[in-house]
Amino acid sequence: MFYRESGDFKTSYAADQQTFPIRFDRIVVALILVCAFLVVPFFINDYWEKSILLPFLVWSLAALGLNILTGYCGQVSLGTGGFMAVGAYACYKLTTGFPDLNIIFVILLSGGITALVGIIFGLPSLRIKGFYLAVATLASQFFLVWLFNKVPWFYNYSASGQITMPERSVFGTAVTGSAATPSATYLFSLLFVVVFAFIARNLTRGRLGRSWMAIRDMDIAAEIIGVPPLQAKLSAFAVSSFYIGLSGALFFGVYLGAVEPTEAFGIDKSFLVLFMIIIGGLGSIFGSFVGAAFMVLLPVLFKNIMVGGFGWPTDMVQHFIFMLVGGLIMFFLIVEPHGLAQLWRVTKEKLRLWPFPH
Amino acid sequence: MNSTRKFGDPILSVNNISLSFGGVKALTNISFDILQGEIRAIIGPNGAGKSSMLNVINGFYHPQEGEVWFDGKLRGSLRPYEIARQGIARTFQNIALFKGMSTLDNLMTGRITKMHANIFWQALWKGKAEKEELMHRERVERIIDFLEIQAIRKTPVGRLPYGLQKRVELGRALAAESKLLLLDEPMAGMNLEEKEDMCRFILEVNDQFGTTIALIEHDMSVVMDIADRVIVLDYGKKIGDGYPDEVRNDKDVIDAYLGVAHD
Ligand SMILES: Nc1ncnc2c1ncn2[C@@H]1O[C@H](COP(=O)(O)OP(=O)(O)O)[C@@H](O)[C@H]1O
Ligand SMILES: [Mg+2]
Repeated sequence: MFYRESGDFKTSYAADQQTFPIRFDRIVVALILVCAFLVVPFFINDYWEKSILLPFLVWSLAALGLNILTGYCGQVSLGTGGFMAVGAYACYKLTTGFPDLNIIFVILLSGGITALVGIIFGLPSLRIKGFYLAVATLASQFFLVWLFNKVPWFYNYSASGQITMPERSVFGTAVTGSAATPSATYLFSLLFVVVFAFIARNLTRGRLGRSWMAIRDMDIAAEIIGVPPLQAKLSAFAVSSFYIGLSGALFFGVYLGAVEPTEAFGIDKSFLVLFMIIIGGLGSIFGSFVGAAFMVLLPVLFKNIMVGGFGWPTDMVQHFIFMLVGGLIMFFLIVEPHGLAQLWRVTKEKLRLWPFPH
Repeated sequence: MNSTRKFGDPILSVNNISLSFGGVKALTNISFDILQGEIRAIIGPNGAGKSSMLNVINGFYHPQEGEVWFDGKLRGSLRPYEIARQGIARTFQNIALFKGMSTLDNLMTGRITKMHANIFWQALWKGKAEKEELMHRERVERIIDFLEIQAIRKTPVGRLPYGLQKRVELGRALAAESKLLLLDEPMAGMNLEEKEDMCRFILEVNDQFGTTIALIEHDMSVVMDIADRVIVLDYGKKIGDGYPDEVRNDKDVIDAYLGVAHD
């Protein structure tokens, strides 16, 4: 009953095209943000930080990135893990190479470097599409991980081949390294996610976003009405890789603190992010978050209930999760390509008309 | 009936265009011009090369021989999006809308050659990007009013019925505010009422905005009603060119087309 557009008339085109056109939505989003910034930091503990909040934030950025490329621009990529690795290693090399550089800039620059790498690996998309492009990006996934294993310069010749993040702080508060508190790492990551979620929304609703979607929906017609395919595709690769690079840098620098490339950035990560956007919703900012939340929370929830509650063996629960996710992927690919975000939208539409559906 | 209308210089001339695909000669030595402000129809049986001709004009096909003059300049080999920027817009025989986008976004995409805010302004939105967006939105809303598609503004075009999709596609082409508008069978598959609407829109666009239009159409009565001059193609060759009355009474044309395939 409260969920209404009525009495909420749009009198200008600016009001009509705002991000949350319904007042109720604006209030909810504002409340969530206030809560996330001002309430959660006081209650966060190690468990919530490491198992739920940080992974959710980090994977949300990766999902946003892949959704820009795949969901908005229609270019399938299986290279997400490799691009996250680029972000992570860029973060490591910049941090150790320029100890005085502020960590905020380090992370932004890591995104920038990943964007450049993304453009290079995006070049084949000008020639090939669909399945063949997926295979090409898969090759980049394996190449990048191989590279970071193979070339000692990337891991500063450390004996273990691992990279470890030194301590860095913002305004005197440590946000990386073992001294960083859960609230500090959380707030630091949250800030990136919120800022870049709004940027993603802005990029996708204007000229650039339309040129991506035009290429996705019908590339030949897009070019004929004036969308330069080269610019559209490469900008999608660049922006997408930027987000994935940010995510990789936070994943390594803030969340894990130390990584080994084969394990941390393997092909399973590429699929994980792909599943997130399929389940959450292709071509939806909100869906990227829903998908990330779903894929992060599901294993935690199942572990708590089935292993903790029923005392089932862990590997059995693991397999159970695989099956469930597999089934959901098939469901969404076949029945609802726009994912949970679309189911939510439909529910809202029904709610808006309730109790008089006709 | 239209022979009393007066037009300017040619906005487009094609000279001796020949186009073939492997062994298939789609166009053979075609020349004609389109005058500023006129409605030029291209007719001919299926497979005559009409769509290929439009594809040459907007740079999707590159003819083996011949030249295209547009807006007073000899055109080099350009990519289709560069030609769109020069001021040629079109619709397609098989609707080529962006199915996942709303009507509004499809029309806004039609104006993409006129939008310039760079990626940093767009990321920020407030300022240049928003201003540009609102300015173009206003132009697009005028087209939405003109085509009477206000009610489907926010509907994803994939959900619209065929006739409306054709109309949205016209809207997307109009949004470009091009110098030359190419329409490939804008009325194909429409019922009588939809055809009348479409004719009205085409005439009004030409009349109100002075847009030069080249259109392909099968329905001879439509062509006779709205075209200023008509080109007739058959098997890739030009077999007629002139005012509708002349063309209608031309013996070659009657033999090749009107008598045989009047669908
Ligand atoms: N891309 C293409 N590849 C090969 N043959 C083509 C292509 N486009 C058109 N043709 C051929 O050119 C001829 C003219 O086609 P078209 O221009 O579509 O005719 P119309 O629009 O008058 O029906 C046909 O024989 C068609 O098969
Ligand atoms: Mg045709």
